[in-house]
Amino acid sequence: MDKSMDVGLREMKLDKGKKTREKLMFGIFTLCMSAVVIPTLLIIGFIVVKGISTVNWSFLTEMPRMGMKEGGIFPAIVGTLYLVLGTIIFSMPLGVGAAIYLTEYAKQGRLTRLIRIAVLNLAGVPSVVYGLFGLGLFVFFLGFGSSILAGSLTLACLILPIIITTSEEAIKSVPDSYREASLALGASKWETIARVVLPQAIPGIMTGSVLGIGRAAGETAPILLTVAAFFIPRLPGSVFDQAMALPYHLYIVSTQVPGMPESIKYGTALVLLGVVGVFFTFATIIRLKFKKMSQMK
Amino acid sequence: MGGGDLNFKTMGIVETDWKNLFEEILECEVFTVRGMLESLLTIVKPQGVESISPREKLENSSWNLTKSYKNRIREFLIEKIIFILGITALLIMGLIFVFLIQTGIRLFEDVSLGQFLFGREWYPNATNPRFGILPMIVGSLMVTLGAILISVPIGIGSAIFIAEVAPPKTKTVFKLIIEFLSAIPSVVLGFLGIVVLSNWVRISFNLSSGFTVLTGSIIIALMALPTIISVSDDAIRALPDEYKEASLALGASKWETIKNVLLPAASSGIIAAVMLGVGRAIGETMAVMMVMGNAVQIPSTYLESGRTLTATIAAEMGDTVRNGTHYNALFAIGVVLLIMTTIINTISEWVLHRAQREGK
Repeated sequence: MDKSMDVGLREMKLDKGKKTREKLMFGIFTLCMSAVVIPTLLIIGFIVVKGISTVNWSFLTEMPRMGMKEGGIFPAIVGTLYLVLGTIIFSMPLGVGAAIYLTEYAKQGRLTRLIRIAVLNLAGVPSVVYGLFGLGLFVFFLGFGSSILAGSLTLACLILPIIITTSEEAIKSVPDSYREASLALGASKWETIARVVLPQAIPGIMTGSVLGIGRAAGETAPILLTVAAFFIPRLPGSVFDQAMALPYHLYIVSTQVPGMPESIKYGTALVLLGVVGVFFTFATIIRLKFKKMSQMK
Repeated sequence: MGGGDLNFKTMGIVETDWKNLFEEILECEVFTVRGMLESLLTIVKPQGVESISPREKLENSSWNLTKSYKNRIREFLIEKIIFILGITALLIMGLIFVFLIQTGIRLFEDVSLGQFLFGREWYPNATNPRFGILPMIVGSLMVTLGAILISVPIGIGSAIFIAEVAPPKTKTVFKLIIEFLSAIPSVVLGFLGIVVLSNWVRISFNLSSGFTVLTGSIIIALMALPTIISVSDDAIRALPDEYKEASLALGASKWETIKNVLLPAASSGIIAAVMLGVGRAIGETMAVMMVMGNAVQIPSTYLESGRTLTATIAAEMGDTVRNGTHYNALFAIGVVLLIMTTIINTISEWVLHRAQREGK
């Protein structure tokens, strides 16, 4: 429809002024797009090129030495891994549960609207404010101290709105006829949700959640206030220990330590970008597969 | 009416009536005390179901069919658990407000609200400490304004490119790249700001230091762009095809159609996109902290160092003693930030909601 109309237009021959103006504007839009895409590619390329020579097995698996100026970043990688794991454990059940409530159980009313407003507002709360909240509630009030536990809980709160929103979309997209068929077979409401609705919604839930968790892995401000350890040359022993983390480590090595060798900075940046990239790629693959699956139906 | 005059705004189809908009916001139930109380009451007393869909009918009947006592208890318990999970978001939002305000408000035992908001001096560790955050408020607003001035034209241009100009395959690739941009951690962008961008700014403007408000604005613009592009793109593509077809059929060129039909019709969505971008820019912490120099001063130009509200919290929390005045002051800054972003987000969500209603 759209295309045939375009062709028709061309045949009608717009006057020259119109055509040049159109070409000019489209050129400007292309420039705008390039101003976003080119820097993004340059950023990725620059960090990969500068960091690749540093990143090797010993950089990834050794302890930092000489006040972090030598050696590897192993404890930071492990710290980030623990934080991500903790964030998943806390945020997934909460977020998916909340989405199930909003789509399957909630009645249209004030409370539901209030919850939705809360979710939307949570999504806009600055990450450093989550850090303050985590410091006040988890570190001091609940007495967890600066720890992996406090950091994971804070990060879980931070990505909760992302997980709720994407899970809700995914659950909503499961057709009602599936639920009706299951209920008509005598399954209870929960059996229907657990065995019919959720399995169908999992790819959608995964896509959004993985992106959210990737974001949590790269957040610095909240962990700066709730977990951060400047420099610990050992691995955390329990969830109540402080830990190093990749984003915070990058902040430290690039601003707080004078005379830091460039190679370690770029290496850390590349590893962090790589971790985020893995999450991003994973989410994209799930989404593409899911799209193909739903197209085949 | 010639093609050039085709303008939906003058035809009265799309009008942004700011006065009414504002009045409606104020009348919104959430903002009145009565509305809040009623919402709280509904937590205790669930509302009745008005209309029953076939799905709900089935759910109710299968409830009756499930004879086993054990099953009934299980369903009941699960429903309660899901309900508790459902209200956690509300609970967290409430707890954030409670914890920040409760701690932040203690600052005003030592400092007056006026001194805090409009004081120009910030010496938290001096023997006679001062807690004026005006330089940080100005810094935050300046960097946000700068970022918006850079990112809005580029963002809207890119959104038009993606929605109307690009061929489908290019579109997919570019959208993926934009999504990846939004996934890059801010500390990585801050790091690049230090090693690359600040040098560019220093050399091109012949400054002694490249850590300026401008440097921060450029980085934040890059971070706000994905939000602005994707929300504007959604707003443009949500418009009915008939709008575009009617305009093209009247002999308007593609650009005239975009300018006179699509952009005015999608204006609410685009405004919301910009507001969400502003929210993101004000709340950004690490990148601005790393590239703006953090001098406590009211910058007179974009080529001077400045400091934001967010950076102050992140940089100084480590030096504070729990429940000291400095600690409380940083929480009070958190409250200021929370109020700013909540207002911005509420308005943008409301505009977006209105845009969706218009689309139907």
